[in-house]
Amino acid sequence: MTDSKYFTTTKKGEIFELKAELNSDKKEKKKEAVKKVIASMTVGKDVSALFPDVVNCMQTDNLELKKLVYLYLMNYAKSQPDMAIMAVNTFVKDCEDPNPLIRALAVRTMGCIRVDKITEYLCEPLRKCLKDEDPYVRKTAAVCVAKLHDINAQLVEDQGFLDTLKDLISDSNPMVVANAVAALSEIAESHPNSNLLDLNPQTINKLLTALNECTEWGQIFILDCLANYTPRDDRESQSICERVTPRLSHANSAVVLSAVKVLMKFMEMLPKDLDYYGTLLKKLAPPLVTLLSAEPELQYVALRNINLIVQRRPEILKHEMKVFFVKYNDPIYVKLEKLDIMIRLASQANIAQVLAELKEYATEVDVDFVRKAVRAIGRCAIKVEQSAERCVSTLLDLIQTKVNYVVQEAIVVIKDIFRKYPNKYESVIGTLCENLDSLDEPEARAAMIWIVGEYAERIDNADELLESFLEGFHDESTQVQLQLLTAIVKLFLKKPTETQELVQQVLSLATQDSDNPDLRDRGYIYWRLLSTDPVAAKEVVLAEKPLISEETDLIEPTLLEELICHIGTLASVYHKPPSAFVEGSRGVQHKRLAGSAGSGESVESPDAGSAAGASEAPPAVIPSQGDLLGDLLNLDLTPPTTAGPPPPPSSGMQMGAMDLLGGGLDSLLGGDLGGSPAMGAGFAAPPAAMPASFSAPVSSGLDDLFDLGGGVGMPMGAYSPPKTVWLPAMKAKGLEISGTFARRAGVIQMEMTLTNKAMSVMTDFAIQFNRNSFGLAPAGPLQVLSPLSPNQSIEVTLPLNTVGPVMKMDPLNNLQVAVKNNIDVFYFSCQYPISMLFVEDGKMERQVFLATWKDIPNDNESQFQIKDCHLSSDASSSKLQGSNIFTIAKRTVEGQDMLYQSMKLTNGIWLLAELRVQTGNPNYTVCLKCRAPEVSQCVFQSYEAVLKN
Amino acid sequence: MIHSLFLINHSGDIFLEKHWKSVISRSVCDYFFETEVPPLFVIEFLHRVADTFQDYFGECSEVVIKDNVVTVYELLEEMLDNGFPLATESNVLKEMIKPPTILRSVVNTLTGGSNVGDMLPVGQLSTIPWRRAGVKYTNNEAYFDVIEEIDAILDKSGTTVFAEIQGVIEACVRLTGMPDLTLSFMNPRLLDDVSFHPCVRFKRWESERVLSFIPPDGNFTLMTYHVSSQNLVAIPVYVKQSISFFETGTCGRLDITIAPKQTMGKTVEGLVVTVHMPKTVLSVNLTATQGNCTYDLTTKVLVWDIGKLNPQKLPNLRGSLSMQAGAPKPEENPTLNIDLKIQQLAISGLKVSRLDMYGEKYKPFKGVKYVTKAGKFQVRT
Repeated sequence: MTDSKYFTTTKKGEIFELKAELNSDKKEKKKEAVKKVIASMTVGKDVSALFPDVVNCMQTDNLELKKLVYLYLMNYAKSQPDMAIMAVNTFVKDCEDPNPLIRALAVRTMGCIRVDKITEYLCEPLRKCLKDEDPYVRKTAAVCVAKLHDINAQLVEDQGFLDTLKDLISDSNPMVVANAVAALSEIAESHPNSNLLDLNPQTINKLLTALNECTEWGQIFILDCLANYTPRDDRESQSICERVTPRLSHANSAVVLSAVKVLMKFMEMLPKDLDYYGTLLKKLAPPLVTLLSAEPELQYVALRNINLIVQRRPEILKHEMKVFFVKYNDPIYVKLEKLDIMIRLASQANIAQVLAELKEYATEVDVDFVRKAVRAIGRCAIKVEQSAERCVSTLLDLIQTKVNYVVQEAIVVIKDIFRKYPNKYESVIGTLCENLDSLDEPEARAAMIWIVGEYAERIDNADELLESFLEGFHDESTQVQLQLLTAIVKLFLKKPTETQELVQQVLSLATQDSDNPDLRDRGYIYWRLLSTDPVAAKEVVLAEKPLISEETDLIEPTLLEELICHIGTLASVYHKPPSAFVEGSRGVQHKRLAGSAGSGESVESPDAGSAAGASEAPPAVIPSQGDLLGDLLNLDLTPPTTAGPPPPPSSGMQMGAMDLLGGGLDSLLGGDLGGSPAMGAGFAAPPAAMPASFSAPVSSGLDDLFDLGGGVGMPMGAYSPPKTVWLPAMKAKGLEISGTFARRAGVIQMEMTLTNKAMSVMTDFAIQFNRNSFGLAPAGPLQVLSPLSPNQSIEVTLPLNTVGPVMKMDPLNNLQVAVKNNIDVFYFSCQYPISMLFVEDGKMERQVFLATWKDIPNDNESQFQIKDCHLSSDASSSKLQGSNIFTIAKRTVEGQDMLYQSMKLTNGIWLLAELRVQTGNPNYTVCLKCRAPEVSQCVFQSYEAVLKN
Repeated sequence: MIHSLFLINHSGDIFLEKHWKSVISRSVCDYFFETEVPPLFVIEFLHRVADTFQDYFGECSEVVIKDNVVTVYELLEEMLDNGFPLATESNVLKEMIKPPTILRSVVNTLTGGSNVGDMLPVGQLSTIPWRRAGVKYTNNEAYFDVIEEIDAILDKSGTTVFAEIQGVIEACVRLTGMPDLTLSFMNPRLLDDVSFHPCVRFKRWESERVLSFIPPDGNFTLMTYHVSSQNLVAIPVYVKQSISFFETGTCGRLDITIAPKQTMGKTVEGLVVTVHMPKTVLSVNLTATQGNCTYDLTTKVLVWDIGKLNPQKLPNLRGSLSMQAGAPKPEENPTLNIDLKIQQLAISGLKVSRLDMYGEKYKPFKGVKYVTKAGKFQVRT
């Protein structure tokens, strides 16, 4: 007979039968019945109805039965608190039992019963057990203090249990010490500033002694606790390290990794010229290598940690490259992680081996892995200059395989190599061009186009190549379109005589036929640039590009320091600080490496640290093409637009080189300028004027630009945007509604004026919203108390909440509303400023901000310009703060203020922003990063509205 | 630390749950973090739980756990308290909760006895928690198996790209009382990267390079080690291979020969070659001079089971591969996986010189066995 029989009793009256059995006189039958109850409980069935009957079995000298009843009690006491009291007497009695096993069991179980009334009775027995003569009871009692603290922290403090627990750190038995440390650590987690684990050299010494003798789990607790200690000097640091190193040879990988954490941390204190420092480095390598022979899931955790360790101290594993070589049957997550570490360890000494391996990987089956391997070859070339040539020839070999995704990936990385070593490898361009037709991925196409544009003067048929791409311009992705535009402009600047037609074609495709504002913007800017000052155009477009740096994806140093302090924890696996993923504020403390001789500067001042971090945060070191151009454009955008009246169009025409364009521009500008009312409006409203607006050829394009830039005429603005008419009387049988939105004291409000323009009285108003992007819904009924007489107006304020049904709208901030009165139901839609959804607790912590900024992919970044804003950066900051856009940090670089800001939407989406304000320049730049990039446009509009009102 | 444990079967259903703190809803299994926790700690613990079930019930499966659900629950309660591991040593657990045996359940049914010990296990608090007290045997014996696995990657031309040895010493010790053992090696300097069972006294290893320990009772892993210095890793076989696919037509050719290389005069046995063929290989027409060759059409795995390697007559496998018509030539090169075994040899050269016992008067039987196996032994083509 096995226990599986307990699972099969599903017939009716089961509970009834069990009840009878539980009350049986026969011990054996009782026990069987309790077993059945437990079995049902373990599979999640509700057997709480049997509570009194099970508790009745508790008074027994059969230990097994007692344990079973305890198991049941722990599960159900919470739901039956009054009944649970029945058990208290037995517990108290058991705590006095001569058998230590029973004493410990009683105190252990009592701590698991999360009922206030019971915990009161627990205090006295617990106090006795903490001082019990038997260490087994003491160690159980120590854990019980942590349990009790979780239920009722105040009680534990009032009863003085915390002090008793601290005393147990000096207990003679190592298990008791380990458990006391574990309990104190857990309590300290919920009280970050309680200073509970007040470590001093004496306690440290006790911990180190216990470390040698306690169980493997106890060792983990003690090591994790040690890691929080800051030694007074390098000698203390060394002596702790010496006593911790034997743990590196433990069979339990968690012990090993906790020991590695302690050593990595305390090593910071050691002077590098110390002999022991070198010894320690040598000792750290073998255990890390050993972790890699474990099961794949352990390997993965180890690899993620090694990834951090090699970034901090590459010397530890510099000779161990080979252990990271990939086996063909490694799981993919292990493969990718190994590859990453291989690149980090790549150096001139081992590059030949690494390259041979990478080339081997590039012929594997797994496409993701192959792609990453090809990319890795490119990273090697950029990292190890001496190997660049070999890398390029390896990549060429791979291109010869004609395997589609390999070729595309290779071209993408060759582009980066060109950026790092300009004018060195252009001999390969011919080979690249042969593969033009096989490129079907946007990134590869964009890379190829960039190469053609950049080296246009060396490619005889560059114009033909680019023209061939132009045919399907509108089917290309934005990335490719932008790249093509830039490449053709480059080509034109290099070979002006042959490519006039081409450049005009692409400019008109970009400005007239495209719906994409980025593309149109860029098109207009080039157009303007080429028509006003071709020399400047050349300087801007063909400017020398900054070289890309060798390490592309290093973790930002302050974050890395924090993560090193979290080796072995989830944070080290995610490469994110715990605060980024742990729910609630509990247990989140920022940790820092102790300052040492070598790395003092970045550690001492948090400001310097985070500023350094922030400076790395904007678009990554190897910018994608879009970013690159974005930067170039920013450079030149600012000056010309503010210079009062635009230069007369003819001035551009006089330049010889521009004649070819002149015709086109002349007719475009000459015809429209001054004559068109749209144009006039454009000039008359300087805040909204965009650089391209005065040369905008088509008025529809102009309108779009206004929408983009200023949102003129939209119900926008921070605090009191003017009311606009949402529902004209004509459409609603005489009811006119105008309104606006506001956020007042944390409450979102819809403020409306209802006007009766009909002949009869209106009554019975009600309002309803359609599903919308952020779940906006009326928080109460529409309060129109008295009937609305003809020609009468009434002001109504409707509080809103955000718990309604959600559906994505287009535009995102669109709201469809239905209003009912005694006459009919009317529908209208309006748009709300997204700033009213910014919540009051939207201020992100600096560290989190830095980490999050890095973590959000650059694709999610968008950049906007705000024109003609005459506020200082501080004034802007406080103005934005009024709308819950919080400034986290400010940095000034060469007269330009960078404000780092965060805001949070009601649905929990975080937005990170960088606002650049140049003194004396009324044009601001806003960079937005968000995991949901769709909201960027709305947010930008809010920025503009807030800043300008 | 650990709050709750859910056991989930292959289809993703939870079939058992246990909580040490407040009851947490099953939905957490989807995705949840409340506190920061060391993942290795959790994974190691889970391995320990699985090992314990294995030890108690012979296997660790849904059926077995359901069959023994109450014992499982009792065990889990002993293994964690408030999320902190309590007792994970099988010796200690077995003293508190007896493993189910047919005999005992019969006896218990007749006598009303119990599976739960009511005395505090001695090991719980002593500094040697891994050993229970009062062990008695009529035949006292201590056996050690030195098992070495070669992990290697060889490239097309047979050159070693990477090679290392993962060694482990498994012990089976059945000795009465509290024996104190010392195991010494002829060449301990081979071992520079080691992990020990907690019973091994690290200080003595550091100073004298001997393993000194009071052993757990029964089977346990005494130590694992890792030899990565390339010149110490001998590669026992040489593989001459060519696998080619033709650009045109629908076939390919395969030719593999295996020869002994550094076998230290021992015989290579249990030789098996496994190849994961590209998806487009429909069938194979191969002739082996020795052993059996099978090709699984669904998994595309070719297995050539050779057996003993005879240096006078080298095994060869050759023939043609037929490919799917119209499919392009495969882009990847299949990798050969080699499995082999060499008895009476630790390929690193590690040798035990002697085993001494202190603390007890009787004379135990002693034995050491060596075996070398292929671990992840891969030949690229």
